[in-house]
Order: sequence, then structure tokens, then C-alpha cells
Amino acid sequence: MSDFNEQPITNNQQRFLRLSGLEPLVITPESNFINVGERTNVAGSRRFLRLIKEGEFEEALEIARHQVEGGAQIIDINMDDGLIDGKTAMVRFLNLVVAEPDIARVPIMIDSSKWEIIEAGLQVVQGKCVVNSISLKEGEEEFMRQASLIRRYGAAVVVMAFDEVGQADTLERRIEIAARSYQILVDTVKFPPEDIIFDLNIFPVATGMEEHKRNALDFIEGTRWVRENLPHCSVSGGVSNVSFSFRGNTAVREAMHSVFLYHAIKAGMNMGIVNPALLEVYDDIPKDLLEHVEDVILDRREDATERLLEFAETVQGKVKETKVDLSWRRLPLQERITRALVKGIDQFIVDDVEEARQSVARPLEVIEGHLMAGMNVVGDLFGSGKMFLPQVVKSARVMKKAVAYLEPFIEEEKKNNAEGSVGQAAGKILMATVKGDVHDIGKNIVSVVLGCNNYEIVDMGVMVPPEKIIQKAIEERVDIIGLSGLITPSLDEMVFLAKEMERQHFQLPLLIGGATTSKAHTAVKIDPEYSNTVVHVNDASRAVTVVGDLLQKDTAAPYKAGIKSDYESFREKFLARTKQKEYLGLNEARANKLKIDFQQQDIKTPNTLGVEVWEQFDLRQLENYIDWTPFFRSWDLHGKYPDILKDKTVGEQASELFEDARKMLQEILDNKLLTGKAIFGIFPANQVNEDDIVVLGPGDTTYTFRTLRQQSKKREGVPNIALADFIAPERSGIQDYMGCFCVSAGFGTKELAEEFEKDNDDYSAIMIKALADRLAEAFAEYLHREVRTKYWGYAAEESLDNQALIDEKYRGIRPAPGYPACPDHLEKLTIWEILGVAEKIGVELTESLAMWPAASVSGYYFGHPRAKYFGLGKIKEDQVQDFAERKGMALEEARKWLAPNLVDG
Amino acid sequence: MSQIEQILKERILVLDGAMGTMLQQYQFSEEDFRGSRFKDWPQPLKGNNDLLSITQPKAIAEVHTKYYEAGADIVQTNTFSGTTIAMADYGMEELVYEMNYESAKIAKAVADQFTLKNPEKPRFVAGSIGPTNKTASLSPDVNDPGFRAIRFEDLRKAYKEQVEALLDGGSDLLLVETIFDTLNAKAALFAIEEVKEERNIEIPIMVSGTITDASGRTLSGQTPEAFLISVAHLPLLSVGFNCALGAKQLMPHLEAIASKTSFFISAYPNAGLPNAFGGYDDTPKQMAEQIREYLEKGLVNIVGGCCGTTPEHIKAFADLVHSYKPRSLFVNRN
Repeated sequence: MSDFNEQPITNNQQRFLRLSGLEPLVITPESNFINVGERTNVAGSRRFLRLIKEGEFEEALEIARHQVEGGAQIIDINMDDGLIDGKTAMVRFLNLVVAEPDIARVPIMIDSSKWEIIEAGLQVVQGKCVVNSISLKEGEEEFMRQASLIRRYGAAVVVMAFDEVGQADTLERRIEIAARSYQILVDTVKFPPEDIIFDLNIFPVATGMEEHKRNALDFIEGTRWVRENLPHCSVSGGVSNVSFSFRGNTAVREAMHSVFLYHAIKAGMNMGIVNPALLEVYDDIPKDLLEHVEDVILDRREDATERLLEFAETVQGKVKETKVDLSWRRLPLQERITRALVKGIDQFIVDDVEEARQSVARPLEVIEGHLMAGMNVVGDLFGSGKMFLPQVVKSARVMKKAVAYLEPFIEEEKKNNAEGSVGQAAGKILMATVKGDVHDIGKNIVSVVLGCNNYEIVDMGVMVPPEKIIQKAIEERVDIIGLSGLITPSLDEMVFLAKEMERQHFQLPLLIGGATTSKAHTAVKIDPEYSNTVVHVNDASRAVTVVGDLLQKDTAAPYKAGIKSDYESFREKFLARTKQKEYLGLNEARANKLKIDFQQQDIKTPNTLGVEVWEQFDLRQLENYIDWTPFFRSWDLHGKYPDILKDKTVGEQASELFEDARKMLQEILDNKLLTGKAIFGIFPANQVNEDDIVVLGPGDTTYTFRTLRQQSKKREGVPNIALADFIAPERSGIQDYMGCFCVSAGFGTKELAEEFEKDNDDYSAIMIKALADRLAEAFAEYLHREVRTKYWGYAAEESLDNQALIDEKYRGIRPAPGYPACPDHLEKLTIWEILGVAEKIGVELTESLAMWPAASVSGYYFGHPRAKYFGLGKIKEDQVQDFAERKGMALEEARKWLAPNLVDG
Repeated sequence: MSQIEQILKERILVLDGAMGTMLQQYQFSEEDFRGSRFKDWPQPLKGNNDLLSITQPKAIAEVHTKYYEAGADIVQTNTFSGTTIAMADYGMEELVYEMNYESAKIAKAVADQFTLKNPEKPRFVAGSIGPTNKTASLSPDVNDPGFRAIRFEDLRKAYKEQVEALLDGGSDLLLVETIFDTLNAKAALFAIEEVKEERNIEIPIMVSGTITDASGRTLSGQTPEAFLISVAHLPLLSVGFNCALGAKQLMPHLEAIASKTSFFISAYPNAGLPNAFGGYDDTPKQMAEQIREYLEKGLVNIVGGCCGTTPEHIKAFADLVHSYKPRSLFVNRN
């Protein structure tokens, strides 16, 4: 027959029938009889048929659930009915079934006589299913084709004892067909024998017809032969058929099923389609009934049928139904509600919610009290791994049903309470996956769960740029912004957005979620950037509670304050734990400096050395250098200039503003209301002592700039930079140069603003300041270009348009003290000294080293091709000490100035 | 029996580590991702790592080289998102064949150099087949649990295109990986079988699922054993888990399947659980110690690393595996 008889089982994978739903089902010789639920079969259950016909799939799902709860280890699903579109119904029902974890935990038997329905079913179930069934009815070719595909889909198969001639109805025919099918499957198709289940046709007995007498016995004997001769395969069958002629007499039918199974199982039948509700325990069958039934099943007497029929008259009655355990319904109300949410049972939720509603003053309290208490349990269970996602999604559905029931009551209360003392239950929540990230599964789940809880969701989808999120949040007047991200760079996007929200004075709570997010990241990196609430929400069910608390009018404020302080202390603890480890000592950092191979040809001797002063600069030359984008941002209008003027939402406002700005600018320029002044100089310079730059200033006086070096540990190959690295060291023997500058467009601003303010024209007062700022920036840009192309002249050939300038596409940098590359403001003092800024152009430094007038920019010029902008990041105490020594300054004072950059502690 | 199968009976093989982690170090800008060819592409392309096989092939080859140098026997092609489904986010469906083909070619060229240098240690290229960004058995819409954003047929077609290109480009084996929805994986396996049949070839297949969270299940809700059963219908080279968990957390799940299958077992966990900042902290030494436990328990035949692992991690594993016997597929039944 086949060589599987001889093949020893030598490896780990024994030849057992292994099936799977969400959980495995392995059928070993020691396994008990496997019950296949038959109620989700339109031919097996009238109710199921009716529900499917009427499109009541949700209710039909309950039948499946009851079967699994009642002990079915596999569920058979069949949609073969003339009035049903079988393929559509099969797919729809299976899709619903797999969304129900307590049904989908068991494997599914896809039952149809139509191949296309079977195939459609196989395409929607992830587990290893059983196909019910194929046979030789249409010939070997079709049989093999279907078997090969089933194998490719990864399912086991029920093979009917049926061939080209017809259905097997005798022992011999059963054996013949089974043996032939087995041989084709195992030898030709290479189908694993353990994945073959034979259905040897259970036909009714006691029909009164002579040829039906041996129906049960032949099945049992056939089973015995198959199990003894066809290794590793299983035998199954539809048990209720056997008692067909006793329809209506439950007691007799139950007994017949039990007796039949008792003997068939002994012969080797290891699975079958059985209604567990229609099964009597063999030992509980009354002796006399048992005897009559066994006579029929085993064909022990000529008159067995007549005797049983006669006897059956006496055992009518007693209806027995296996009940699903409903004892939990006697629990206290809250426990019932919690259980319904945890288990995802929506059957009684409306009754329970009604009961809860009557026990409280306002319907909303049911949501906030009873239901939230339940959802919290769900959240905890999920968080600790005791529930998994599909279950949580189900809980959300029960929640939705409960809320839907309460809604009319809440509305009603609102109506009766026109004063509006009733809180607005729902809020509007913006959800987005941040820029650069395309993962949205988690976000979608949170969205729908919140949606179920009566919140309006504005879902912006994936890869949403921050400015769009901000804009949408304003447009839609949302109550909360929720951000999601799965990949690491998304974390930075979230921080960025928090900063933007802060800058624009947002008051909305910010929710953070997604796989890589964490409470620690939220507390340490995001929360400090935003003065309003930031909450890390790690799962969908928790989101509901958090959002509820955030939007609850009466208690939101203390709740938010609680979160803020919780995150603060979390952050402190976290930082206390993690500081130090990522920083290098100053010497180590110096050893890893940016090592530029200085070549004479990279260094241009400046065309003009020494200090230049422009006292009356005509600001009209700056018109084309203005970067307008930050101007709009300062008015809370977001978008890039000039596109912003045509923007759908803010375009009109932006255009108006722009018009006003142009008008005022024109007035300023034409009437010279503001004065532009600049001072700058380029000097011989060399790097000394690693981090200092010695400059030969006017009158051959030397000055020293002290630069700060990055100390955070870099990955291999990335240097720890200081500005000094961009200047050739003294010992190289190469004479290098650097410059410094100060420009101002602010003279006259204060007076103009005061005049406007006097007239209560705050708009113009702000406008003049904003324009002066833009002019100062433009001036710095303009001057930098003059220096590059003329005064220093290393880029004489440069021709860049304004956008290229804004994008910093030129060679050389102009970092400003107080900005990332050199965050200490102290060096401004040195710039002021070298150039004589205060004396010559009148820009003063305040006590805190801010420039006055405010619309001023100062900084250094570095011209080496490798000079680039960078951020210093945090530095360690050792550098502060070193810095203080170099500057000849008290340590305390140095520490005060450098505090924002000091690694904490 | 394929060459790799033969070798796996003798020793434990080492798979490479993270591609994404390595690529992050290049800090490619939007422009770098685009190269000159996609300069004017309408969508943002930064983050489309698979595209780098076309626009930055040197970097991809460099990463492969580093892993082979570290001692990896198998590297995975840079094709984790190389399906029309995942590429739809970038509007790059048309480029899927090319990406996969080029990725496989790059890896194969590097592999061949190493094999030539040391024929005793042949190097292999595994065509990486990721999960796509859609789930075939979960609804993204809670209001409509019966809804599906993607169908088996769509997945099958998309995977088939990827498989063909990976094979044309020279992949020695195929790796269906980071499976969070088993139905997606089944569609990939279905597609592979079709290609095998059409081309009349055998190709070793590795399958690697992902246990997503503390529930110990896949995202689509299956237990490790249920997952194993659901993919075991084809003659696989190996089955195992990768991603989401660190080496320590992965162990119970490996144990859950190792005793239940006659396929080789693979494991390539992350370098620990992600820390608060999305980074991975397990050092090569720490992780190797954990892998040592796998080896001592005889759980695995192929080890490597997923997110956060680097050539240093892989080197630590490669140094370790010599001293251990591979997990045996045959058990003594006495």
C-alpha cells in the first residue's frame, strides 16, 4: 500500500493530526473523541439558516460561541443553501468568527460541496483548518487538484467515501474507496497521511428497510479497517444521521447517538460532528433503552427496529438541554458589567447598563463609573499580557453598545437641562502617525476604541507632517491630539511637535502612543517641551480612561496637575539613574575632535582685514533677503512662504497680513524709519590648546575665543566637535582667519512701537517688531554674503538665490553665541571688545548678555569648507572647570552661564 | 538535500543582524534616499530603506560585508518592505521588482566574494520577505470586525512578484519573516509554492514569526504552537521567531516550538526590549550570554539578530556557536 507503514517515527514531529485556531489542537492516539460543532451549518440548524438568510450575522455568531462554550473543539461552518450566496456568506461569517477570540481559538472546518466556497474560506483563516470535504466523485484529476491546493493553503481534509460510481454504502465499498483515496493522496499528491480524515458515511438505521440494517455496523467495521490499515489518518462522521428515523423523540435519539459513538469510538472513530446538547452519557442510559438501541445499532436481532419503535413510545418527553454557564449573571451589577467587558459578551450589557442607569443620578455616570471601571480592568489585563488584542477590540465593541444605549438618555438630559450643566461627554480627538512613519495599526485601534466611546475622531492617517497636525488641530478645534509612531525616528518627531505646540501656545493635552514610545521617553523628552499635559498611553483601553479624565470638566485640572508632577518625578528619577553613562571626559572628547587636514589652498587670505563699520546702511537693499516664513510663524500662521498665501485655510489671513506687512515695510524703508548698522571684521586667527582660538585684533592686540566641545558619546567615526576645530592650529604653521560681526535693524523700533501702543494699535506695534526682526536676520544674511564674496572673498564666484541662502547652501558658517553650536553667551563680550560694537554702532549688551536693540544679530564667521553648524549638546562638569580656568573666571560664575548645557547633577 | 540543509546538520549557522540599525548610522537625508533618479519623486522617500538598494547600493553592500566579516553565514536582502503593498505608501509599486532584484544581486555579489575567499564557509543570501503593512485577518475598523483591508489574493500576487525578483537576483533561500499575521505568511508561502512549481525548482524556506507582547501571542492572536502548526504544511528549512522581544523574552517561545517540530529552529531576537528612547541596549556580550543559554538547551540551529543588533553582536554569536552542537532533529525515544 504505502511505505508509511514501515516508516519509523524517528524525529520530533510525530504524525499526529495537528490543527490550529488561535490555539493548537493536536489529536494523538490518547486524545479523547474530538467534537466538531455542527450548529453553524445551514443544513444542521434551522435557526442558523434563518439568521444567515436574514443577514443577522452577529446573532449567528452567538451560535458559534455557544458551541465553543459548550465544548466543541472544532466548528463546522456550512453555507450550502439554494437561497444563500454561499461564497459571500462563508467569507463574511468567517471574517466575523476570526474576530472573536473565544470562538476563533478553535480550528475551523470549512464545509461545502462547492470548491469555490471552500477556497474562499481557506483564504480568510490564518489557522490550520479542515476542509469538509473532497472525494473521488468527479474523478481522480479533480480530486488531486483540490488536494494539492488544500495542501498549499495548509489545511487538513475530510475525504468522503464517494467515488465516480457513487456513495459507499457497504463495508466493502467503504474499504475500497478509502484505500484508493489514501493511496492517491499519500503516494501521488504527497499529502501527509495524518492530515487525512475519512468520513465513511453514517446512514440512518431503523428505517424499516432491510438494506439499512447494517448501516451503523458497516460504518463501525469500516472504521476499524481504516484505522488498522491506513496509518495515521482519522475517521469522522455526522453522527445525528444515524437516528434520523427517530426525529422528534429526543430521548431515543440521544441514546442512539451515545450508543453509536460508544462503539464507533472503540473501533477508532476519533472525531465527529455531534450536537453535544443531543448526547446522553452512555452510562446514564436506562438499561432497557440501552438494550433496545444496541440491538438496532449493532443489528443484533431481526426485529430490533420494531422493538425499538414500540419501546420509543414510552420514552417520549424529558427535554434536556446543555446550558451555557450563566451563573455569573447572579453577581453584583459592577462585576457583571466588568465581566461583560472583559469577556466581550454583549448579550446582557443593555440590561445591566439600564440597571446601572437607574441607580445613578445622571446617565453619564454610568459611562464614567461602571463602564470605565470595567475598561480599567481590561486595560490592566491587557497590560499584563492576560488579554490580547482581538479580545480588547471586542471589549470595545461591548463598550460601544453600552454607550449607544445610554446616548438617548444623555441627550434627553441635555435637553431638559438647557443651562448646560450636563458635561459634554464627547470630545474631538485628532489622531495621526507622525511624519516619516507609516505604521497605523495601533493608531487605528485606538481611534476606533475611542470612537466607540463617543469621541469624534479626526484621523489624519500616516506620515503626517507636524505643520499639518498643528493646522488641523486649530481648524477642527480638537480637544486632544494623539500621536502614534512605531519606528525610532518617530520619537524625535513627537518631541518636535511638542515644541511646536509649546511655541504656539497650545493648550491641548497631547497623547503619545505606539510601539517604541514609552513613559520614560515621554516624561524625559516630550513632557519638558510642553507646558500643557503630555500623557503616554500604551494601549487602546487605557486611552479611553485617560481621555475621559482629561476632558472631564470638573476634575481635569487636578488630574492634569497630577500627571505633570508624576512625569516630573519620574523624569528626575530616570535621569538620576541614567546620567553620566553617555558622556565622555573632556580629554577623551578632545582626543575625538574633528581632525581637519588643513591645506593652504583651503584657506583664503581675506581681501580686507580689520574692522569695518556701516553706520547708515540703507535697509532697502535687504528687501530680497527677507525670509518670510518665520514672520508668518510669529503670527501663528503656519506654512512656507510663498505657498502660505495660497493656503486653503490660512491663505486669506496670511495674504492680508502680508499686504499690511509690505505696506509697513515700504513705509519703513521709504521714510528710513529704522536705521541699519553693522560692524564686522576678519582677523588672523589660529587654534591653540585644542579648544581656544587666538585672534590678532586691531592694534595687534590678541584676543581669545573659548569654544565648547561636544561631550556626548558619539558612535564610531563621528567626532566630538568644537568651533575651534574649524581653525588651523598654530602648530600647523598655517595662518588661518576668522571673523565676527554684529548687525542691527532695530534702531527706531522702540519709538515706533511706543507710538502705536499709545494709539492702542497693538497690531502695528507687534508688526514693527516682527519686521525689524526679519530685517535684522536679512541683514545678517546679506552681510554674510558680502563677506564671503568680497571682504573675505573665498566665495567670489558664489551666486545663490534667496531660497538657497535660507537653506544655507553656501560655504562657511556664521554661528551666533547663544545658539546651539556655542550656547554660552559669554563670548559676545569678546566680540564686543574686538570690534568695539557698543562704542561704534551703539548695540549694547544687557546684564543677561542679550542685545539691545533686540532686532540685532551677532556672531562669528568661519570660512573653512568643512565648517558646519552643529549642536553642542550637554557638557560635563570637567569642561566647566576647564572653561572657568581658561577664562580666569570663578567656577561658580562659569557654572551659572553654562547651566542650561550642563549634564544634570 | 540542499547544501545549507547538509551544513545545518553539522553546525549552527549565524544569520546577520539589523539592516535598519546599520543604515541609520549613515544618516541619509531625503536627497540621499532620492539619489538623482528620484529627485523629482512626488512623495517623501526618506525612510524607504528598500529603495537604498537602488540609490545607495554601496552602503547596502557595505552593511552586508560587515556582517559577513563578523562571521554571518547568511545575510538577509534589504527587501523587508519590498512588496507592491508596502511600497504603495511611497507610490513605488512599479519599482518592486527592481528593488528586490538589485537587493538580492548586491547581497549575492558580496556573498560570493566571501565564499571564494573561504570555500570552507560558504555564505548564503536569504531573500527577506516582510509582513507588509496590512493584516489579512484583522480588521482595522472596530465598528466592522468583518472588514479586511487586504485580501489573500492581493497578498499572494504581491508576494509572488517579490519572490520572483528575489530568486532572479540570486537569493539562495527565502525568509518569510516578522510574521504578525499568520494569514499574510500563508499567502507568502502559497506564492512561493507557485513559483517553485512553475520553475520546477526547490528553494529552502525559512519562516519566522513575531510574538508581539506580553500575552505571548502573535499580533493576530495565535500561540507559538498554533503559529507553528499553521505554517508547517510546507517543507520548510526552518521555523522560528524574530523581532519584538529580546533574547531573554524569546526563550520560552522557542522552547514552546522546539520540541514540536522537525524543522530547524531559527531565532533572531532584538538587542533587548526597546529602551525608553526606542533604542536597544543589550550589548554583544549580554546578548551572547543569552544566546549561550539557547545553545546549552539545544534550542536552535540558526541564530542572528534583529532590531538594534550590529556586526559586533553577530561576531559575538559567531564566536560562540563553534563550541556547541546544533539542535538535533532526532530524539531518542527510549
